[in-house]
This record gives sequence, structure tokens and C-alpha cells, in this order.
Amino acid sequence: MAQHLIELVDISKDFDGEEALKNINLYIRDGEFLTLLGPSGCGKTTMLRIIAGFEAPSSGKVFIDGKDVTNVPAYKRKVNTVFQKYALFPHLNVSDNVAFGLKLRKIEKSKIEKKVHEMLEMVELQGFETRSVEALSGGQQQRVAIARALANEPEVLLLDEPLGALDLKLRKEMQLELKRMQQQLGITFIYVTHDQEEALTMSDTIVVMRKGVIQQIGTPIDIYNEPKNAYVADFIGESNILPGVMVEDYFVEFSGKGFNCVDKGFTPNEAVDVVIRPEDIKIVPPSDGTLSGVVSSVVFMGVHYEMQIDTGEHTFLVHSTSKAEEGVHVGLSFFPDDIHIMRKDVEE
Amino acid sequence: MKRKYFAIPYAVWMLVLIIAPMILIMMYAFTGQADGAFTLDNIKEALNPVYMKVLLRSLELAVISTVICLFLGYPIAYFLSRMPARRAAILSMLFIVPMWMNFLLRTYAWMNILDTNGLINQLLVALDLGRVKLMNTQGAVVVGMVYNYLPFMILPIYNILQKMPKESIEAAQDLGSTDRQVFTKVVFPLSIPGVISGITMVFIPTITTFAISRLLGGSQFMLYGDLIENQFLSVGQANGGWHVGAALSFIMMVLVFICMAIANHFDKGEENGGTMI
Repeated sequence: MAQHLIELVDISKDFDGEEALKNINLYIRDGEFLTLLGPSGCGKTTMLRIIAGFEAPSSGKVFIDGKDVTNVPAYKRKVNTVFQKYALFPHLNVSDNVAFGLKLRKIEKSKIEKKVHEMLEMVELQGFETRSVEALSGGQQQRVAIARALANEPEVLLLDEPLGALDLKLRKEMQLELKRMQQQLGITFIYVTHDQEEALTMSDTIVVMRKGVIQQIGTPIDIYNEPKNAYVADFIGESNILPGVMVEDYFVEFSGKGFNCVDKGFTPNEAVDVVIRPEDIKIVPPSDGTLSGVVSSVVFMGVHYEMQIDTGEHTFLVHSTSKAEEGVHVGLSFFPDDIHIMRKDVEE
Repeated sequence: MKRKYFAIPYAVWMLVLIIAPMILIMMYAFTGQADGAFTLDNIKEALNPVYMKVLLRSLELAVISTVICLFLGYPIAYFLSRMPARRAAILSMLFIVPMWMNFLLRTYAWMNILDTNGLINQLLVALDLGRVKLMNTQGAVVVGMVYNYLPFMILPIYNILQKMPKESIEAAQDLGSTDRQVFTKVVFPLSIPGVISGITMVFIPTITTFAISRLLGGSQFMLYGDLIENQFLSVGQANGGWHVGAALSFIMMVLVFICMAIANHFDKGEENGGTMI
């Protein structure tokens, strides 16, 4: 229990009859970097707001440190939030923004000053103390927001798509920096994003959500390599998703052919989704491939080429560092363990 | 390039109705009745203790009315801003609709309410509590001014509170503020531009008002606006009234500019307020 810093038990939330969260059960370990990942409207922000105390669940309980905090107001919780739009106080300068929480707690002035200095140093904004927050760039405002939240020494830092408004290069830098801060401070980060790449780079644990329901919880590697269903596979990275039939254990049919695979435990002839990652497909001479088709498009993506290969039954997406010319007939090859079999999503 | 010509009607309007009258006021204020030569006599006359006493009384009543408007208006604006938008729209109409009526009419209505035989006294008599003199008191003037100008305090404050991002409040709670601290440390400081424009919009009309004081305050509550009116209409041009009236107006303008400068000083660096000048 001590390991589980936060526990959500049977949390549901509806807004005017619309269900935002359905029976969420989740525990968050002390010191981990957990990401709530999903498209907008999947309930990830609502979940964060329930943990922060801005929103009360319609049913279920929230535990922090083993204590039921479901009805504890936000200002009494040992969590702090970095808001999507930063929400800095425009009437206060940088150091007063950072000191806001400390001043409320009637801490000695010299200690506050020391802490503010320390925080600004961590986010690399030394010398900005007396600047107006409105005169800062988006990236700098974001750093002030992080410093302000961390100055309170929370047990948990909640981050609601904090990098959404930054440009790509700055976003990549901040991702690494956030990860560094989290490791340096050793506190728990709960991070909300719709960006799967961001989730994969930063997280210890990813929670994939869809329409208020958790789809899968796991490490980035687990989620990427062993997605539980076609939705997760599609959301985390690009995928080829094909309809197939699980003829028997270790044997699946799709694209008009039978393949050996590594999955079992399906009812014979169960309809399934077959997922193959584009980078797991190799382009070989037509005679060597298990499938063959015509290259219908080639796009240079920087590190690799993205190619569409039409087999007549299905158009496969293939990522490869070597290029096949458009219109050429090629073979496709993949290993049995690159074929991921998923139960059909009941909801669909 | 040609767009600038669109500003011509406005420039003409400014010139004819604002700049020219101001020049005329200055001219009358600083010239003599007899020869039209430059003189400070009118200003000296306007600064005499009798008039200064009226000015002080006007100032006092304006300050009292503005303070009451602020203390009544801020909570109203605050609760309006916390309501669902639809209900707030309906309720704020209640404050705005009376403004569609002529303000003299509204003031006459108050005369009927406050009169010795008015609504309140009839009620008091019916309850066997005896009559109270309500009309022709300082209180009556203040009631009239507060009633007439309260919406001008509520609206700018409501506007700014309503636009305040929800995240600012949540951020304050998140960092450990109780509801009270959220108000004192974030909501109120952020609403100051609205408060300043509310104060400006109430203070300036109340300090220059003339009809309310005469209707509700009777003759003994002559205010500075009444004084100016008096000089122009009763004393008249023939007796040099226009010159002294202009001098009085000039002093009032200086006073108002000083007040505005003070208000703008507090409002420094804020863009959302929408002050009057």
C-alpha cells in the first residue's frame, strides 16, 4: 500500500449525463512518471482534475498516501498542477509567482527567497526575478509555471499538456528537461498528453485511454510492442491493422493467406484484428515474400522512407531505410512474432 | 491610405463639440466682462470660500456615493460573474433596464418614495412608527446618486470578473489558497482595472451632478454643478455670470483631471480596464 501513492477506486464522472470517466481503477506508484494518453475527450484531463481536487467524481474514491481525499478541497492536497495555459498570475512578477504558494504558508522570508532562487535555477531562469510574467515567451512562462508548482514541494506534480503550446524543438528540449527534473527530485509526475511520442519518451508507465475507459496500462515498451487491442496499436505509432481469422492456436489467416504466429487462446475461427508495425515489414524480392504487391507511393521521412504497398487485398504501410521505386512489384516478409493478434473491440 | 479620411467626421465632431467649447470656457474664465482683456479676477472670485465650501461638499458627496456604489456594486458584480451565463444575463438586465429611462424620471420616482407623505413614511405611519424627514437631506441626495450610478460601477467590474480565466483561480487553489485567499490574493488584484473604471464612471458624474441634488436635497444642498448652472442661467451673461461660471467649470476640470491622473496611476500597466479617458 505504501508503494501506491495515489489510488483511484471505481471512479466515474459524468457531466450533465455525459460520461467522461467510467469505472476507473488505477494506482500510481511513488516516484514514477505516469502518462495519461489519449485523444481529446477521452477523459484524461478530467482524471487529472479529479486527482488535483478541481472536480469531484460522481462516484468512487480517491486515495493519496492511503488517505481518502475524495472530499478534500484542492488547497489541502499535497499535489500541485502545471496548467495547460500556464495560468500565471499577471499581476505578480516572476519571483512572486514562484513564491505564491510559499507565502501562503507563512514561511520565513529568507527561506522563501532561497527556495525561489533554487527553483529559478532549476528551470534556468536566473536573473528573471523581477520581470513581468507577461513579458516572457511561451517557453519561459512554462518554466515559471513549473517552478511555481515545484516550489511547494508537492508529493505529486500534475501536468496538463504542458508542452502543447510550444514549438517542436522547444518541446523536445522540455521533454528531456522535465524527465531530468523528475529524476532529480524523485517525486511522482502525472502527465497528460495526446502526443504518443511524448508519452513514449518520458514515461515509466503509460495509461492509454479512450472514451473514459482505460485501454491499457504498461511501460512504453510493453505498450508499443504488445498493444492490447487495435485501438492502442493504432494510437501508439503507426500500424497496419487487418481483419483476420484465428483458425487455431498459433495459426492465423489474413490477406487471403495463412500465417504461423505466436498467439493462442482464441476460440477456433474467431474473427480478430491483426496488427503489424510498418517497421517490422521487410521488402524482399517478390519470390521471397510471404505476400507481394505493387509500391503505390513513397515518401521520404528523414530517417526512413514511408511506402504504401498494395497487395490487392490490403494496402500495407512499410517503413524502411532502403527505398523501393514506385510501381515496382515487391515481396513483403515478416516474422511470426511481428504478427500481433488482438480480440475485436466489442464496442466497435 | 485613404482610410484616414474616415476619421474626418469624428475630427469635426471633436472640434465643434469638445475642443471649441473648451476653448470658449477658457476664454470666458480668463477674460473680464467689461473689456474682454485677460484677467484672473474670475478665478479669484471662483476660489472664494463660499464656493470652495460648495466644492468640498460636492467632493464629499461624490466620495460617499462612490464608496457606497463600490461596496454595493462589487459583491453584486462578483455574484453575477459566478452565475451561469444565462442567469447572469437576465439579472444584469435588471440593472441595465432602469438606465433606459430618463434619469430625471427615476429621480422624481425617488421623490415620491422619500416624501413626507411618500411611500416609506406611509408605511412607517401604518406601522405606527411616526414620520421621518427623508427628503431634502444629504442622505436623500446620496440615495439618488447611488441609485442612478450603481450600474456604472457594477458593469465594468462584472465585465472584468467574468473574463477572468478560471485557471487563475484554480492555480491559486492548487497552490494552497483558501477561498478567502483566492479572493484577496488573486481575484481582487486582477479586478482592479475594473474597479478603477467603475470608480471613474461613478465619481465624475456624481461630482458634477446638479439635478439630483436640487430635486432630492432641496435648496440647502447646492452642489458645484448647481453653482455653475446658477451662474450661467440665473446670474446670466449681463452680470458676468458666464465668466464666473466658466472659471468654476475650469476649476472643476482641473480637479477631475487630477482625479483621473491618480486613478490612471493605480491602473498603470493594465490593458483590460477600459477607463474613460
